[in-house]
Amino acid sequence: MTHSPSLLQLSSIGKQFGGLSALSDVSLHIQRGEIYGLIGPNGAGKTTLFNVLTGLYQPSAGEFQFNGTRYQTGKPHVLAQAGIARTFQNIRLFANLTALENVMIGRHVRTRAGVFGALLRDRTTRDEEHAITVRARELLRYVGIEKPAQTLARHLSYGEQRRLEIARALATDPLLLALDEPAAGMNATETASLKTLLQTIRASGITVLLIEHDVKLIMGLCDRVAVLDYGKKIAEGVPEEVRKDPAVIAAYLGGSDD
Amino acid sequence: MLAALLLLPFATDALFGRGWVRIVDFAMLYIMLALGLNIVVGYAGLLDLGYIAFFAVGAYCYALTGSPHLAHAFPLLFPDGVHLSFWIVMPLAALLAGGFGALLGAPTLRLRGDYLAIVTLGFGEITRIFLNNLNAPVNLTNGPQGISRIDPINVAGISLNTTQEIFSITFPSVHLYFYLFLAFTALVIFVSQRLEKSRIGRAWMAIREDEIAASAMGINTRNLKLLAFAMGAMFGGASGALFAGFQGFVSPESFSLMESIMVLCMVVLGGMGNIAGVILGGVLLALLPEVLRHSVVPLQQVLFGKTLVDPESLRMLLFGAALIVMMLYRPAGLLPSRVRRRELDTDEVAEKA
Repeated sequence: MTHSPSLLQLSSIGKQFGGLSALSDVSLHIQRGEIYGLIGPNGAGKTTLFNVLTGLYQPSAGEFQFNGTRYQTGKPHVLAQAGIARTFQNIRLFANLTALENVMIGRHVRTRAGVFGALLRDRTTRDEEHAITVRARELLRYVGIEKPAQTLARHLSYGEQRRLEIARALATDPLLLALDEPAAGMNATETASLKTLLQTIRASGITVLLIEHDVKLIMGLCDRVAVLDYGKKIAEGVPEEVRKDPAVIAAYLGGSDD
Repeated sequence: MLAALLLLPFATDALFGRGWVRIVDFAMLYIMLALGLNIVVGYAGLLDLGYIAFFAVGAYCYALTGSPHLAHAFPLLFPDGVHLSFWIVMPLAALLAGGFGALLGAPTLRLRGDYLAIVTLGFGEITRIFLNNLNAPVNLTNGPQGISRIDPINVAGISLNTTQEIFSITFPSVHLYFYLFLAFTALVIFVSQRLEKSRIGRAWMAIREDEIAASAMGINTRNLKLLAFAMGAMFGGASGALFAGFQGFVSPESFSLMESIMVLCMVVLGGMGNIAGVILGGVLLALLPEVLRHSVVPLQQVLFGKTLVDPESLRMLLFGAALIVMMLYRPAGLLPSRVRRRELDTDEVAEKA
């Protein structure tokens, strides 16, 4: 495994849906340990790019390199194994399972027990189960979920559900944590504590890729930002520069319908 | 609890007669089937309407390898038919059924919900039709006439088809089968419980709840869905072999779509995903038709002096009514699973507030 400074490198990624080009020729690279922001008007292709990165979509063109391995077509579970964990824009928790179980499921990819382990419940399996539970409880505390671990995921408050998704993603021991609009629908207090959480996560050595509409959050948090519009990357750089870029201003104020 | 179960055949025999012990034996087979289906439907959330096909695979496995039947098809090869021991055939039957489970699972991986139900329903019917028609050109299954004279199951050299005297207590054949089935049911319950609370069980539930999120968490949804199909099918195959040995006769009509639906109803009525619930559902739905069969006609004779409604149609009527009442008042089943119960409790609290 080569330890190049870039953790993730996208080369000319394109994605067509029928005649519609959702992404075209998007290239970018994310360094280890940074918080990288991805912004752009609605429909710019941010979530599509996420879905390509996490294997839900197959890119129509281009490829990407993650942690020294090339991927043209990835499968979600392979990329999770490789170290990309994600949250979803419209929260996708295992709603009828408990908060704890949700996080425990996140440990699946880093644990081994199979059918025979489950049936025999030998020493290794019991130790592994114990470690899974301990780690899951730790992560619940880490993201700041105060409610009992046995609460059903769907009975958590909106902000807690967002946090639970992050805990579940962290349970996979990711190298890259990809968050799709984590602050959407949060109030100012919740956003502030989310910001602290993301800084803590970055400090623990996990690289963060963030899609966000909250410009203040992006500007205060990200080391570098890329702007997508109509599936193309129109700007990239440190937040201050990007904010002044005429193309970005045009994309946000004119040209786009929303 | 254990003592009560051990005395059950004697109590049933004394109170209701020998025929009812046989009915209880069948109820145990249904419980095993329902628990197997519970893995597929209750844990992994894959709606399977052709589950009885695996029961059929297991039953025909033992029927062919434990009866004189193959002597007709291959007189030179097997002049006396094939008479393998049940204990060799049963694991093979379970494995073969598991293989069929994976075979059914493979092309249906992309399907969910209603679409999956339709394909599995087709699979169940195809299996039955195959069994019905495989009597030509080579008489493999003896078609609609079925296969008879299947060897009884032997335990430690004792044929369970005989009456045994142990410590001067008489154990008729149906009692002996009861204990065999009890042991197998206990094993199936044990396996279900262990699977439910394991890494594999959690992954199945994750797939049931949200397949996309499950795959994004690194769960190989393809393998785990195939595993669920295969594990469920193995239970079906094993109980099929037991069924063939117990009944001594199998024919395709035992494996109709109605049977698949009955087993599914046991799972749903009792409480999907909850072992105790599934057992309760199995007991109720296996006994209900028999209770009706024995009570409806005499009751009408006493009341009206003639038979107005036959038990079979009344059974369907009650059955439908029971399901509608269930849907209205206990949508998660009689004994909902731990999680579902909590779900309902909190919903009620929310409604009252």
